[in-house]
Amino acid sequence: MTTVTEAGPAAPAGPAHPLDQRRPLGDRSFQILALACGLLVLVILVLIAVSTSQQASSWFTTEGWGIFKNNWNPAANTYGALAFIYGTAITAIIALIMAVPVSVGIALLLTEVVPYRWSRPIVYVVDLLAVVPSVVWGLWGILVFAPWLNTIYAHIGSAVTGIWVLGPLFGPPTSGASFFTCGIILAFMITPIVTSLSREVIATVPAIDKEGAYALGATRLEMIRGAVWPHSQGGVVGAVLLGMGRAMGETIAAALVIGSSPAITSHLFAPGYNMPAVIANEFGEAFGLQRAALMGIGVLLFVITIIVNVIARGVVERSARRKRGT
Amino acid sequence: MAAVTGQQNVDLREPKGWRRTSNRIVTVLMVLAFVLVIIPLGFVLVTVVAKGISIISVTFLTSQIPPNVAPADVGGIWPAILGTLEIVGLATLMAVPLGILGAIYLNEYGGRGPLGVLIGFMSDVMTGVPSIIMGLFIFSIWVLHFGYSGFAGALALGCLMLPIVIRSTYEMLRLVPNSLREGSYALGATKARVTLTVVLPAAIGGIVSGALLAVARAAGETAPLIFTILGGLTLATNPNVFSGATTALPLLIFSNASSPYVGAQARGWGAALTLIVICFVLMIAARLVTARFARYSR
Amino acid sequence: MEQSEQESVTGRQVPESATRQDVPLPEPAALQAREAAAQQEAWGSGEHVFDVKNTSVYYGSFRAVTDVSLAIYEHEITAFIGPSGCGKTTVLRSLNRMNDLVVGARVEGDVRYRGAPLYGKDVSPIAVRRRIGMVFQKPNPFPKSIYDNIAYGPRINGQHNKKKLDEIVERSLRQAALWDEVKDRLNKSGLGLSGGQAQRLCIARTLAVEPDVVLMDEPCSALDPIATGAIEDLMQEIKSKYTIVIVTHNMQQATRVSDRTAFYSVLVNPTSDTRTGVLVEYAPTAQLFEDPQDDRTKAYVTGRMG
Repeated sequence: MTTVTEAGPAAPAGPAHPLDQRRPLGDRSFQILALACGLLVLVILVLIAVSTSQQASSWFTTEGWGIFKNNWNPAANTYGALAFIYGTAITAIIALIMAVPVSVGIALLLTEVVPYRWSRPIVYVVDLLAVVPSVVWGLWGILVFAPWLNTIYAHIGSAVTGIWVLGPLFGPPTSGASFFTCGIILAFMITPIVTSLSREVIATVPAIDKEGAYALGATRLEMIRGAVWPHSQGGVVGAVLLGMGRAMGETIAAALVIGSSPAITSHLFAPGYNMPAVIANEFGEAFGLQRAALMGIGVLLFVITIIVNVIARGVVERSARRKRGT
Repeated sequence: MAAVTGQQNVDLREPKGWRRTSNRIVTVLMVLAFVLVIIPLGFVLVTVVAKGISIISVTFLTSQIPPNVAPADVGGIWPAILGTLEIVGLATLMAVPLGILGAIYLNEYGGRGPLGVLIGFMSDVMTGVPSIIMGLFIFSIWVLHFGYSGFAGALALGCLMLPIVIRSTYEMLRLVPNSLREGSYALGATKARVTLTVVLPAAIGGIVSGALLAVARAAGETAPLIFTILGGLTLATNPNVFSGATTALPLLIFSNASSPYVGAQARGWGAALTLIVICFVLMIAARLVTARFARYSR
Repeated sequence: MEQSEQESVTGRQVPESATRQDVPLPEPAALQAREAAAQQEAWGSGEHVFDVKNTSVYYGSFRAVTDVSLAIYEHEITAFIGPSGCGKTTVLRSLNRMNDLVVGARVEGDVRYRGAPLYGKDVSPIAVRRRIGMVFQKPNPFPKSIYDNIAYGPRINGQHNKKKLDEIVERSLRQAALWDEVKDRLNKSGLGLSGGQAQRLCIARTLAVEPDVVLMDEPCSALDPIATGAIEDLMQEIKSKYTIVIVTHNMQQATRVSDRTAFYSVLVNPTSDTRTGVLVEYAPTAQLFEDPQDDRTKAYVTGRMG
């Protein structure tokens, strides 16, 4: 078919260029599809912000800065949300105070103390904690845990009445379903995430630094203070912030055990309320301004958790980058 | 501990005093931390199993939901089980492929450019958005126009699962060695083919495992469902997932938990046990998949 | 000059792969004929598979290889040798546009494949790589079965007929001298093979698409001597059907297998303290090793062999 020449075989009929082929259509469409799915994340986030704000707009316009008043009263059609903001803050703080030492302790246990073979079962157990659905925590919380705590609270409450700082904090009124119970359950729920993130961060501390400390004759605690902590403090802070975000947004367990009574009080054993809980409990029968108010609380919650998460991820990313030396 | 002596009297025993004590204290505290985790976990599991096991039976799992006042031995939770299976299944069908494609974009195409970095970052941020917000979101843009339905619930759960699937899939794709991609390119494959026929299959174990964990997370979520499937009032089975309110296990547990009736509470425990079993099975399946496919990685 | 005439006599056939499928061959233009004649004077006769003229390759602002000019002849084994960092792998990867995958890589100059510009405006790298295959330094079998590894290339080219695929798989494995060892476990994972077997699997995988050229980037450097010997034998056997370009660190290997050798080296610019790779000498292998023209070649070649 072809004659052979010096330059190369002659061409049969067809496109002139031997290597000519446009980029296949399928390849291009696949790239566009993948990009679209990536953009979906941004689109959803924007839609969330827009749609919920729109639903809540009547609350913002009616109440104005009154949204920060403590006067949530559907009967009187006033919807100041301060009590819920307070409750969210308090329960998150309680949860963090309890969960962070435990989580960091377990993370250090797994990376520094326990031989690798034993670490797997321990990690399994901690992950089991995460698999328990929040509604089950709430069910157990309200039907079993809270009644049991109630008796304990009552004892503590009567014991500290009138004492200088403890009285206002732990004195009566006490109730099984309260800020403190909610805080404890939130602590159970955020422990897995803070533990696993802290563990990841601590595990990236270069072995050289640790060995250097040991080689100087340091005890384990001294090694942790000197070699591990400086490297991982950024990451651990980030992990803690993420846990805080999770604690603030956790709805169902809070809705069941917080006591459902909007109140700004220092008494931690008293019933209270927080942002996600009131939305969950009151939305079903709400309409008009109340519904807009609940949506608005949702908007506030969204904004707060986005901010917390952005800061947290930024902190983790920055400490990782500093470690990599970039 | 006798002193080990060399030529001079060198003391090689442990450091005394505060250094040793503080070290010991901290070790004890760390172990204590772990114990503090086991205790509540143990309590919850033991309670749920104890209270749930007595009510669980085949009849229970397949009967209709009775009114709350009904005693414990009447009725069951079938509509809730069906609801969970349908809604979570639908959410998985939507979120997993989209999530995998999103992760493919981040790892294989645009990950390093400014848009890719933004998408990756916001995807991680999105995993921290409370699930109740997803519920409010779908309520605003879907339920208000089309009413309550299992599909709306699936949309909300899907939004929840999407960033989780993206992150876990992305981590798995990153682990696929570049030499595999090069080998495929060298045979004249397009980028789409390289990704679909070599990279994805190489990472499939981790991807499936991550997806299973996302499913377990979605199965246990209640808040998104409150605003999208309505639950509560619906007692009869609604097999049509696209229209009409329906219920699901977490929602059933939620409403029964606040009920004063003993029967309702008992059914709540039964539903809780069922839900926990489902979540645990998914988690174990995820571990098994990871373990099995670890053999294929080099 | 006479040596090359002899060598090219048998190489006058049009290779099967070129007429095999959809892709046609270039029009013989008068210009090309004139150029080819000029080339022939410079290099010797024989089919040119590649013509590289004054080509430099950049990674970003770093010039990895400067002003390379050479021709690769059909049905020969051409070896690229030289010290580390001299750009021989860079040049190799430019021949099948694998450098396209590196962000910031840029090829300047004229690279032609059978007369057609390899980096032309409408050229598809996919089509390029279907004709010009590559075997890598570290064996990289896919985590699929042995059968699926080999069948991968034909499948993405549209071949789905089971019987045809069976034939292709057997033929490729026989060409790679691997058939007898794996014929009973074709559906076992490709990852379970030893280093030498895995590399032969990768070669079989490359041959399965019946390319025109096989590029090899230090294919034996991760293998033991026995596996290396097997692969060198394989190269000699398939030479008559393919054109092979091999980058190697091992000079003895170059003398054992190659017909022609290109020696690259690093050029250091003392004022700006930059390094770049250059082609120093290119000649039939025996001539390059026994009677190197350039001092640098002499130093490299004798230094190692001493």
